[in-house]
Amino acid sequence: MKKLENELTWKDLEIGCIVTEPGSTREYRTGDWRSQRPTYDFKKCIKCGLCSIYCPEGCIGQNAEGYFQSNLFWCKGCGICSKECPTKVISMVNEEA
Amino acid sequence: MGKRVGIEVSLAIAEAAKMADVDVIAAYPITPQTHIVEHMAEIVANGDLDAEYIPVESEHSAMSACLGSSATGARTFTATAGQGLELMHEVLYVASAMRLPIVMAVANRALSSPLNVWGDQSDLMAVRDVGWIQIICENGQEAFDHTICSFRIAEDNRVLLPVMVHCDGFYLTHVVEPIEFPTQEEVTNFIPKFKYPLPLDTSKPVSMGCFAPTFIYTEAKKAQEVNILNSKKIIQEHWDAFGKAFGRYYHPVESYRTEGAKTLLLTLGSFGETAMTAVDKMRDEGKSVGLLKLRLWRPFPYQELRKAVGNAENLIVVDRALSFGGCGGPAYSEVRSALYSEKNHPKVVGFVAGLGGRDITVTEFENMVKRAPQIANTGAENEYEMFGVRE
Repeated sequence: MKKLENELTWKDLEIGCIVTEPGSTREYRTGDWRSQRPTYDFKKCIKCGLCSIYCPEGCIGQNAEGYFQSNLFWCKGCGICSKECPTKVISMVNEEA
Repeated sequence: MGKRVGIEVSLAIAEAAKMADVDVIAAYPITPQTHIVEHMAEIVANGDLDAEYIPVESEHSAMSACLGSSATGARTFTATAGQGLELMHEVLYVASAMRLPIVMAVANRALSSPLNVWGDQSDLMAVRDVGWIQIICENGQEAFDHTICSFRIAEDNRVLLPVMVHCDGFYLTHVVEPIEFPTQEEVTNFIPKFKYPLPLDTSKPVSMGCFAPTFIYTEAKKAQEVNILNSKKIIQEHWDAFGKAFGRYYHPVESYRTEGAKTLLLTLGSFGETAMTAVDKMRDEGKSVGLLKLRLWRPFPYQELRKAVGNAENLIVVDRALSFGGCGGPAYSEVRSALYSEKNHPKVVGFVAGLGGRDITVTEFENMVKRAPQIANTGAENEYEMFGVRE
């Protein structure tokens, strides 16, 4: 069975920590860096997609209804989407809340 | 067999890199550079070597370009000196951690300020911890030999580490010496073209120098440390092979007239030649003095050093660099620490001498041998002295 990333020993690493699997960054959860998360009032959404363009993580895609929504596995909670949304769809709330 | 040529050592180093058939040279050509990269540029421009010469905008970029070329599996060479080595500093760590077998000749020079570009090992000591294999040469022949041999060490699949070939600025780089040149065939046989095991290759993509969060960084550093420690015996293996092929044998610590010596001098680099003459003179006068020369600086040759020191009573370490507000000479500090666990270790005295290109003569080495017992008996916390400073 493949070892989990935090079970790897120094002997398991490739020379110079070379990563031989392309695109493996997708497996890395950056969502746990987040202190705030975006919430949506889709009634106001005009599906312009500006939030997805501004998102520095590139983690905003369209859901089944065509609304733009961030993937919380990667979303770091920076709030740029909330700031840029022209119709004020997105509100940032504390993760504890 | 090749031939013996009178040549400036910088040019000889460039000729060695040419004979090594390097694929890429990336270098910044302005002061404090040496003739090494100037001559490499001539060699490539004249069509005498099929290589890419990348004249970059800084030493930082020079080493960065070397990372890229080495990562594709190209045999990569560069040279620098003094301030240039300092500007490369952060990229040097990347080269070793990414296990890229770059070979770099370094003309050791003083660091500003005040402005001084003469022979000095302050630059060498400032890159002590960057993870490269570091070899210190004593004369032009060694600089030539180690430039060639270092490709074989660096590219060994069990090593895959960058190597610095240190030569004292001016004392070596700017003087003409007689140097034995092997034939091209001999060099080609000694360092055949290699294949980097995991190069940048679009048909088999890899990522190098990736992000390592806290859960894996320690493991990465442990792997790196084990790798460079293990390289020591492989370095000796290749030096032995070099000796068989070319007749000149090298060791991590070289001993000169140490048999039964009560007092030993220890030097790094070109000091060794003058110190040998001083030892000859003192031996002729019946004094019990010998000389150790530290060739391999990283990985540090602990066992070899302890063995070479043997039962000497006094050990005088002569540094051409100073660790301000700390241990005095960096080599002194390491040597003393290496002997700490020995039951009958000698008294270790350090001199910081020859800074900024100041000459240290035979007489001055004799004076060190006279002065050392006086310092050793003071019981001071750090038994070192800046030698020859005007009070």
